[in-house]
Amino acid sequence: MAQEVFIVAYDGRDLQVVEFAVDRAIKEGARLLIVHVLEWSPYSFLTTEELVERHKTRQQELTRANEMIMKPILEKVRQAGATADGDVRYGHVVDIICTIAKEKTAVMIFVGRSSSLSNRVFGSAASGLAQSAPVPTVIVP
Amino acid sequence: MIFDRKGPPRILGMLLFLFASSSSVRAQTIDETINELVGAVTTPFVKFIFSPLPGTDIPWIVLWLIIAATIFTFYFGFIQVRAFRHSIDLVKGDYSRPEDAGEVSHFQALATALSGTVGLGNIAGVAVAVAIGGPGATFWMILAGLMGMASKFTECTLGVKYRNEYPDGSVSGGPMYYLSKGLAEKGLGLPGRVMAVVFAVFCVMGALGGGNMFQANQVHAQLVNVTGGANSILSGEGWVTGLVMASIVFLVIVGGIRSIARFTEKIVPFMAVLYVGAALVILAMFIDKVPWALGQIVSGAFTGLGVAGGIVGALIQGFRRAAFSNEAGIGSASIAHSAVRTKEPITEGFVSLLEPFIDTVVICTMTALVIVITGVLEFDPQSGLYIWNSEAGRVATEGGLTGVALTSAAFGKGISWFPYVLAVAVVLFAFSTMISWSYYGVKAWTYLFGEGRHRELTFKVIFCVFVVIGAAMNLGSVIDFADAAIFAMALVNIAGLYILMPVVKEEMNSYLDRLQRGEIKKTKR
Repeated sequence: MAQEVFIVAYDGRDLQVVEFAVDRAIKEGARLLIVHVLEWSPYSFLTTEELVERHKTRQQELTRANEMIMKPILEKVRQAGATADGDVRYGHVVDIICTIAKEKTAVMIFVGRSSSLSNRVFGSAASGLAQSAPVPTVIVP
Repeated sequence: MIFDRKGPPRILGMLLFLFASSSSVRAQTIDETINELVGAVTTPFVKFIFSPLPGTDIPWIVLWLIIAATIFTFYFGFIQVRAFRHSIDLVKGDYSRPEDAGEVSHFQALATALSGTVGLGNIAGVAVAVAIGGPGATFWMILAGLMGMASKFTECTLGVKYRNEYPDGSVSGGPMYYLSKGLAEKGLGLPGRVMAVVFAVFCVMGALGGGNMFQANQVHAQLVNVTGGANSILSGEGWVTGLVMASIVFLVIVGGIRSIARFTEKIVPFMAVLYVGAALVILAMFIDKVPWALGQIVSGAFTGLGVAGGIVGALIQGFRRAAFSNEAGIGSASIAHSAVRTKEPITEGFVSLLEPFIDTVVICTMTALVIVITGVLEFDPQSGLYIWNSEAGRVATEGGLTGVALTSAAFGKGISWFPYVLAVAVVLFAFSTMISWSYYGVKAWTYLFGEGRHRELTFKVIFCVFVVIGAAMNLGSVIDFADAAIFAMALVNIAGLYILMPVVKEEMNSYLDRLQRGEIKKTKR
């Protein structure tokens, strides 16, 4: 039987959600897939200068996300004894996590609960996933 | 960091000192002096560009654009009609690959290019066209917009196909590159390089004229208009408005304060929607006059309706203002469109053909309809003709207004407070157009003089100085130079497009065949 996949929506700061997911993954013998999403909309507006530099900026953003966010957290997770992979993608957090969950036939999603003002007003990734995730979702306070 | 340089900022400082030290001189004299000095330099160039064909009143450059748009329309088999639906699907992202997320989308390339083209040309330029050419100019303007879609399609496809991609991931594209690289492929290396250089020279002038002076000039006109007209504190003080605008432009393009540009880019589309929405409200208020206005537009296109230039006058004004507004055939938009990430350059051509449609067929038509319908053009009901003001060389208008002031008065007839909203819209439209054109200008400048921060800085400072000059000059001189500079770009660009259009056709046929066979599939359902 194939190893089960747990997805962790990681914003680069919330270590609690990762630690909780690591504990669960070790206990259940599951593999973690840590996902970091760079918020992006193809319908946003760019200045001409941003437009022509976009490809370069994208490469820099991906490198930074992989080096500064994904690599350290993967090291930490593996040191804790869990098997884990990472994925950095562009898009809307909720949509991307749901897409990956379907692609990888994940069995569970772990997401942190942000308490920022904008999230309270416009909704957070946690509330979005609670409404539209295709698999059971654990919101870690 | 930039401010510790001792070069161009010092020039701006000297300019500020010059204006400040002129306080003893009557303010109006400053505007008049700028007008005379710059006018003397630009007049011969303007005369050359707009010289009529022998024995006719038709400026050869306008005919150049009409012929080009017609040829491209037929050569590509009315691609603007055939690919319209597919273009919308591309903009919606129906064919975008998920792995390209984070790259420039078709929507973004279109929106950015539109923010450079939707400007004072749509608000003030249309008023000038209708005042000089009568309502019939609107008909020709719409036709020019529809045919210009094929010109834009051609140049934007080439912009992507022949762009330069640098190792750091940045791109440079536009007529300079397709003229030099594309013509070299055809064994015309030297002529291609010469044309690229000539285009770059005209592009610098176009950036300073149409992309800058005209915008600054009409911002000042509208600010004067809403603050009391002739009694306004700003009346005759164009250089003050210019100096304020130049300072903000300076902060963005030299100081690197991108947040102002970002704010403008985000708010301009909403202002455009608000503008069209207000026009629709006014049309609804004057609904009983809509059939009459449409009749005036159609009959004016073929009879002139008392306008001195007759049919030809209406046609020239319609095509001239449409080209100035949507920039089809000019080549500028391909600089912005070339940044999109796609393996199929033709897709950007499809997307770009929506630009003249939105800019001219939708927005310019709204402006023209509001002007005609609200009766700000003086009309003699007995003769059924418009009253011609021979002294001003245009249809007599309410209060003798022209340009943005005429559009503002027309909107004010329907919604009394709208001129104030229009003033904000005008400032934002002008500002976004200036920022876009400053970039086009920099690209042309660095193509001529080489890459480098100092060289870029030199152009940017010159650009800011021209904001002041544009605001201080009178509309006639500014509009002539702005038009001449923009049209001069079309002179070289279209010549190159004729040589390279078989390349576009090959790309188009290959793509459409694969699309029809189902090899190119939608990624979204």
